[in-house]
Amino acid sequence: MTAVTREVTIANTLGLHARPAMQFVDLANQFKSSVTVHKDGPAAVTVDGKSVMHMITLEAIQGTPLRIEAEGDDAEHAVEQLAKLVEDKFGEEE
Amino acid sequence: MEIIKGIGVSPGVVICPAVVLDAEDLVIPRRGIEASAVDAEVARLHDGLAKAQADLEVLRNDLAASHGKDIASIFDFHAGLLKDKALIGQIVAEIKSHRSNAEFAVSVAMRKLAGTFLQMKDSYLADRVKDIHDIEKRVLRTLIGGKHEGLTRLDHNVVVIAHDLLPSQTAALDKKHVKGFACDVGGRTSHTAIVARAMGIPAVVGLGNLTGAVSGGDLVIIDGTRGVVIVNPDPDQLREHEEYVRQHIKLEAELAGLADLPAQTTDGHAVSLMANIEFPAEVDDALAKGAAGVGLYRTEFLYMASETEPTEEDHYVAYVDAARRCKGRPLVIRTLDLGADKYAYGKGPVKEANPFLGDRSIRMCLHNLPMFKNQLRAILRASTEGDVRIMFPMITTIMELRQARMVLNDVMEELEDEGIPFRKDLPIGMMVEVPSAALMANNFAREVNFFSIGTNDLIQYTLAVDRTNEKVAGLFTPAHPAVLALIRDVIRAANRNGISVSVCGEMAGEPLYTLLLLGLGLNIFSMNGPDVPEVKKIIRSTTTEHARQVARKVLSFDSERQVMHYLREETRKIIPEAF
Repeated sequence: MTAVTREVTIANTLGLHARPAMQFVDLANQFKSSVTVHKDGPAAVTVDGKSVMHMITLEAIQGTPLRIEAEGDDAEHAVEQLAKLVEDKFGEEE
Repeated sequence: MEIIKGIGVSPGVVICPAVVLDAEDLVIPRRGIEASAVDAEVARLHDGLAKAQADLEVLRNDLAASHGKDIASIFDFHAGLLKDKALIGQIVAEIKSHRSNAEFAVSVAMRKLAGTFLQMKDSYLADRVKDIHDIEKRVLRTLIGGKHEGLTRLDHNVVVIAHDLLPSQTAALDKKHVKGFACDVGGRTSHTAIVARAMGIPAVVGLGNLTGAVSGGDLVIIDGTRGVVIVNPDPDQLREHEEYVRQHIKLEAELAGLADLPAQTTDGHAVSLMANIEFPAEVDDALAKGAAGVGLYRTEFLYMASETEPTEEDHYVAYVDAARRCKGRPLVIRTLDLGADKYAYGKGPVKEANPFLGDRSIRMCLHNLPMFKNQLRAILRASTEGDVRIMFPMITTIMELRQARMVLNDVMEELEDEGIPFRKDLPIGMMVEVPSAALMANNFAREVNFFSIGTNDLIQYTLAVDRTNEKVAGLFTPAHPAVLALIRDVIRAANRNGISVSVCGEMAGEPLYTLLLLGLGLNIFSMNGPDVPEVKKIIRSTTTEHARQVARKVLSFDSERQVMHYLREETRKIIPEAF
């Protein structure tokens, strides 16, 4: 099995707050692959992308770079979809 | 076995299995669970989470219908957390590794999460901590909810253990099977105390973290007379208390015969035993127990029971009722003693760093003159109905007393102008419950008609002890030589100035101190009605001279331990079954 990774940057103004975190997790849970999200920097941390508790406590404000990693049969598809969600600013802003 | 000391607010002893109620403010007790019960507890957690999900679903649909989908989506996050495997994993781990009950485990996990939010620099995200609290409450309510139902229909006798009992909870109790109350918080005027006295069952409050020490089904002894709760008593304790209950019943029967006999020593020295009351209706029972009147009518309940400030008429109706029930016997009405641990009409505590040293009691009244005057008018108007007397609490300086008297004079003038009758020579007294007043008793004695020593506050202020703080409650005792010296001086000052003096704190109703107070020259003892017979029995079994000897000896001791030991020995000679 291969791991697929992709770098994204949180772009929406309010950052990864409750609703985007929920959207991310809901989407991540539709895939069989495991999903982890890594945040770099002084408070570097890797969390479970399928847990809203983990995602919200990433404290990923606007401009935070994140690395999405999926491992499993549908990893490729998962990373692509999740990255798109982040890049589309969770549908919050035009 | 665990012995916890609190404040006895309704006398009697009961031994029964416990039912534990959690309060709506959700202070979550920690109860250890048996290893064999871990799986059941985890199942209970999942049930609770599922119910909370279902509740949330209903709420979300209602909100979506009324306010649209966007607003309702706030709850998606709540729902998401409730099924979050990482979060649930943490809660289950807490249950398994620490053998915690589900409520406690939920609260540990949620508070940890809330802590993470609070540390966030982004204020928008940090603000989500409110959602976390909201979710925590929702889950806890469903977990706790099931237990409330169990109390409306019981098939065996129980005692109820709670953080604090709410009116809605006591209303739902199966009163036939509830035999006692014990609460973490509360005072003499708390709802629990009032309901217990009305039901005639023992109650102890101010027990600190009792709910953390008791699990449902534990055998509990509630000793409302001594203010003690014993959890899972060992066989010796159990035997002792069963014996105590038997003796108590026997003693009660014997004491009932004393009601109509005078409270006088064998050498013919008579004293007055009066009752402390909160409600006019309590007068009847107190008189039946042999009280010679009411030495302390606490008026706070008028304020605490109502959503709005009581009107002059509310006061008047209550005071007339009490005065008539006294049938010409004295009725000492204490003016409002709110503040610190007692709050008015639904208001919570006003934030004060040191509420017991703050804006309470007479201080608060002098800052709220319209409210104070309402009460004074009502007392004066009721004074035509019997031997009504008025007493100001918490007097600390002479100026405060004079100010209170001035307000009273103003009100008298107003009534006179309006042609409303009242007793112009109604006796005016003050509580001596602050060391400054006790030390200056000689000066105060020239300006009032009577003193009443409030030992509870006097002890607290003299020994710097908050007896509701379990860590220091053990230091709270009337037997401290410093407290006794103050009481001696106040009684002496009153006697020297020819004014009457009573003790109206709990000390007056404790048989242990009867000989001592009598020996110090006290003429009026004011106590809870049910305590009257026992105190009377002691007075009727001794002589003035013997009591004086006891007092002299007690004043020669320098530690409370010696005092207690000696008094116990002396009192046991009169009522062997009491200790």
